[in-house]
Amino acid sequence: MTTPMPSMDPRELVTVNLGPQHPSTHGVFRLKATLDGETIHDAEMIVGYLHRSMEKLAEERTYTQNIPFTDRIDYLAAMSNNLAYCLAVEKLLGIDVPPRAQFIRILFAELQRIASHAMANGTFINDCGAWHTPLFHMFREREQILDLFEMTCGARLTTNYMRVGGVAFDLPDELLPAVRIFLRDMPGHISDYEDLILGNEILVARARGVGVIDAASAINASFSGPALRGSGVPFDLRKADPYCGYENFEFDIPVGRNGDCYDRFLVRMTEVKESLRILHQVVDNIPPGPWLTELPLHLRPEPGEAYARVESPRGELGFYLVSDGGPSPYRFHCRPPSLINLSALKEMTIGGTLADAIVTLGSIDIVVGEIDR
Amino acid sequence: MTTWLSPQDVAVRVQAAVPDSVVEATDVALVLDPARLTDCILFLRDDDALDLSFLSNLTAVDRDGELEMVYHLQSLDQNHILTVKVAAGGYDDPRVASLEPLYHGALLQECEVYDLFGITFEGHPDLKRIFLWDGFPGHPLRKSFLQMPGNLTAGLPGFSHESGDNDWPVPGSVEERPVHPNQAARTNTVPVPGDPPVVQGGDA
Repeated sequence: MTTPMPSMDPRELVTVNLGPQHPSTHGVFRLKATLDGETIHDAEMIVGYLHRSMEKLAEERTYTQNIPFTDRIDYLAAMSNNLAYCLAVEKLLGIDVPPRAQFIRILFAELQRIASHAMANGTFINDCGAWHTPLFHMFREREQILDLFEMTCGARLTTNYMRVGGVAFDLPDELLPAVRIFLRDMPGHISDYEDLILGNEILVARARGVGVIDAASAINASFSGPALRGSGVPFDLRKADPYCGYENFEFDIPVGRNGDCYDRFLVRMTEVKESLRILHQVVDNIPPGPWLTELPLHLRPEPGEAYARVESPRGELGFYLVSDGGPSPYRFHCRPPSLINLSALKEMTIGGTLADAIVTLGSIDIVVGEIDR
Repeated sequence: MTTWLSPQDVAVRVQAAVPDSVVEATDVALVLDPARLTDCILFLRDDDALDLSFLSNLTAVDRDGELEMVYHLQSLDQNHILTVKVAAGGYDDPRVASLEPLYHGALLQECEVYDLFGITFEGHPDLKRIFLWDGFPGHPLRKSFLQMPGNLTAGLPGFSHESGDNDWPVPGSVEERPVHPNQAARTNTVPVPGDPPVVQGGDA
């Protein structure tokens, strides 16, 4: 007599939780994947572990007191966040910023972009399986940039450096020579990365044709930043809606062709070089003068609203502020590129393997602080 | 440079395409009739001259109990942007049509507004609380959330150097400010039930 075998349905679906604590999710982000074998049948993202209710908190603080919150929204690109928020308040107040402050803002926004892309690309290659070696190559240069931040404002990550009407401090005398040294060394480091990574067979195998999204879908899903440009849409707010005088600088916008993970990665690599071009122009032309507009200590904008956005390393970062004439914003809203770039996560991952989903997530470059706020 | 479309100019075109759809066209925004929202946005998206194919931002504002949706629509080719607003109703059961069928980018942003403002989006494929857990009491970004009795509000009523229109104690003065019992744990004095309200700001 034979005992019947237990049911072994070959199509039995298995649910796998990636995260909330998992190295591949870049923070407390949870991906609940339903698997059919190794193929993803359904994917659901679960976020909110880092929700700090910043939009509510900001309604109870003055416009200046809200600047440190913006550091903590996207802690890998604090300068860009500071800048976007200050631009929104300046738009609300209708004030101009001195030319030196504009240059300083661009200087730090571009340094921040290099630091953030170094992190993004390093962890992306990590997700592809190159365990930490390329990441720490890139961390070396990121470290130099953070030293430049520390030299200027005393902080490395949560900088709190931009102010409404300019920046908090003038550049120290040592800064520009240090930036020049960085600009001298960086091209050599970039070619090192390229030799190390770009032609790598494993990287190409893991990232080419994975997580593909075409241009029309990317626009419809409100993608922005490298995720949009990787799909071949040449939309960069630094060109399309210049702020801080970006229209006076020469640089190009790299775009991808296929909209896959490799193109998004390549766009970031090339953007670093374009940022270096901008930095050279900043360092050579920075004018003397004041770095902060004279403003009353207590800001009370007229009733109204303003929406200002910048091209942050992750995409279109916007702040929508509503003033009722009071000392704090009536409504403070951050348009988070990290969250919105995940809109099409299902479409990009379903049908692929779980390992591909991790590469896709890495190529979108999320920061969970910005998703949850 | 991205140009901001004049809501008045767009209102004429929208009104011609979708009759009785424009409530108001102010200097900052085009205010649409909630009942015709989907038709209007479809026109704005697909019209060749307007081409507002990119949903840049979607959020809500609580205007003293009246919830209002705010959309920023952008054209990537023409490089212009338009602010569209639509009334979602009061605190009990605010509703508005979902834009997710038109813009996939609204998927998560509408979940966020549903979570934090409690606005229901009709036609959204997967409307759920995104940041807070199911069963969380209330919607935090409403102005009524955690409003304290006695019209006390958290935060700043005004700047300390200003006088007249606020009750914030001037530094150095011994002005007394009532403390709500819920806040009493933060003070050094433990309130006894039945006792008069605890005051802070006096002599320590």
